[in-house]
Amino acid sequence: MNQQNEHNSPESEKWELRLYVAGQTPKSVRAFANLKKLCEEYLPTQYQIEVIDLLHNPELAKQDQILAIPTLVRKLPIPIRQIIGDLSNQEKVLLGLEIAKIGE
Amino acid sequence: MPLVIFIIQLNNTSKSRNVQLPKCPTGIQGLDEITGGGLPKGRPTLVCGSAGCGKTLLGMEFLVRGATEYGEPGVFISFEETVEELTQNVTSLGWDLEQLVAEKKLAIDCLYIEPSEIQETGEYDLEGIFIRIGYAIDSIGAKRVVLDTIEVLFSGLSNTGIVRAELRRLFRWLKTKGVTAIITGERGDNSLTRQGIEEYVSDCVIRLDQRIYEELSTRRLQIFKYRGSQHGSNEYPFLIEENGISVLPITSIGLNHSVSSDRISCGIPRLDAMLGGQGYFRGSSVLVTGMAGTGKSTIAAAFAAATCQRGEKCLYLAFEEAPQQILRNMRSIGMDLEPYIQQELLQIQALRPTAHGLEVHLVQIHRSLSYFQPTTVIIDPISNLTLTGSPLQIKAFFMRLIDYLKSQQVTVLMNNLISGGSSLENTEIGISSLMDTWLEVRVIESNGERNRILQLIKSRGMEHSNQVREFRLTSQGIELVDVYLGQNKVLTGTARAIQELADKQASLRRQQQVANRRRELEQQRQVIQAQIATLQMQMEAEKTELDHLNQEESLEKAGFLQDQERIAQLRRAD
Repeated sequence: MNQQNEHNSPESEKWELRLYVAGQTPKSVRAFANLKKLCEEYLPTQYQIEVIDLLHNPELAKQDQILAIPTLVRKLPIPIRQIIGDLSNQEKVLLGLEIAKIGE
Repeated sequence: MPLVIFIIQLNNTSKSRNVQLPKCPTGIQGLDEITGGGLPKGRPTLVCGSAGCGKTLLGMEFLVRGATEYGEPGVFISFEETVEELTQNVTSLGWDLEQLVAEKKLAIDCLYIEPSEIQETGEYDLEGIFIRIGYAIDSIGAKRVVLDTIEVLFSGLSNTGIVRAELRRLFRWLKTKGVTAIITGERGDNSLTRQGIEEYVSDCVIRLDQRIYEELSTRRLQIFKYRGSQHGSNEYPFLIEENGISVLPITSIGLNHSVSSDRISCGIPRLDAMLGGQGYFRGSSVLVTGMAGTGKSTIAAAFAAATCQRGEKCLYLAFEEAPQQILRNMRSIGMDLEPYIQQELLQIQALRPTAHGLEVHLVQIHRSLSYFQPTTVIIDPISNLTLTGSPLQIKAFFMRLIDYLKSQQVTVLMNNLISGGSSLENTEIGISSLMDTWLEVRVIESNGERNRILQLIKSRGMEHSNQVREFRLTSQGIELVDVYLGQNKVLTGTARAIQELADKQASLRRQQQVANRRRELEQQRQVIQAQIATLQMQMEAEKTELDHLNQEESLEKAGFLQDQERIAQLRRAD
């Protein structure tokens, strides 16, 4: 299965992640820290995190259908995935980003 | 009657009205009347109801009217439909959302949640919604916001504790923003909304409902709660029409309408004469009852013609016949209504009674009235309307209709077909008490023919005839004829004619008899006079004879003496 293959060989892919926050709230800070840690661990070289502060750019909330803060959006690889919350449960995040199998 | 009591209370309170909450007019026909000016300004209002009862439309109309009529830009936040869908849905109502968006009078944002694409982990809040709503509000300076249907959040997000807390915060935040908001919610099983969000929106709650009675559905609106304001608390029917929602606040009309003492002709001169000589009162309600084929429609058409002759407008609501059929039928009795239609004085609307529920009929009649502005309305017949509701509904329907017509000074004539078996004075709907004038047309069957008679059962506020008249439809028009009254019976039709003929003959016979007798007596008198003359002549003759005798006697006496003297002389008596 094609998708399975992709997941099994993430090295070849580029991961583009976006974290939507609204100011420096504790939840946002926590989310960013959790994300950073996770990426370093599982996608050491191929990830890119873009933090968007909606307080400064409220118009950007529309494009990724942001409702909750913080929201992590996986832009690449497709399909787009959304994870909301402070990303404190690493297993869930891995599941949500579909990188659970990498650790195996 | 609870309805009337309510109306009076409403009127009383409105007199002593204090300073009310500032209100935001919705521009929705009728809704502002019920709410006494609109929704609470700067506060959220909850609109709840089951699927398909018009929540989204109500919200959208609130924004469109605000943008076009009150200069208040609005934001529509949709949780269910896309911008394209929304735009398409309301195009048929003549609202061009794209244009409004381009003019910065409206902003639409769709908050779309796909639970399968969202993973939740850890704490979060819904600041994103706040930011998006806030951004939309600020981008056009919105004064109005609609959130449709925010409860979708509960199905999209699993942590309902967070959703509840955030909704509470959202409604408070909307208040601080100073926007008048409508939040729609799906009807729950035992509560107003499925997720109980009415707890958070406590200022004003409007409930929409769609009910089906005997296969006819009616939408209704109720102001469930309006903190700090008096409002109509009944259920009001509403329609989704070509130009939006129209709510019917007819029950809010009081009994304090002005009353006219102006009189208008009923179109039948003899009937006018029975009605105190001048016809119906303007703005009164007239009921014509009778069995099938008694000429009720003809009385109605005569009234319509009389209205048009005065140059006034008449609305004829036909629930039984097609307009062309009415015209043809009336031509047969010498009444041509066609010219009035061409002059746009008469409008005949044929409606199927069972096509809609009573409420919809009421709304439609209401709309026709405001559109056509007639001074008289004919409903022919009302009996068919009774098929479409319960007795209570029907009574309420007529009460509201008549109240409304009276407040508009519109004279209404209603025909009611009563079934053969029922008592003649029994109007099935029990609305006769609402009527000012009640005519009854009856048929008397005798001598192998049917004759119509007309009687005034009541006519408030005027001296009216208590007599029964025979009601005849001829090719020259309507005729009211005195019935035969005499010898303790009432006769009509041929029987009347026969009886009249018989009476005539009888009187002729009597006249002849009298003449004969008179002649006899005259002859007798003449005979007696002749006899008197004869006797007198006889008496005269006898008297003459007596005189003659007396004369003779005295002559004789004188002659005797002379003779004696002479004899004595001759004898030379000494």
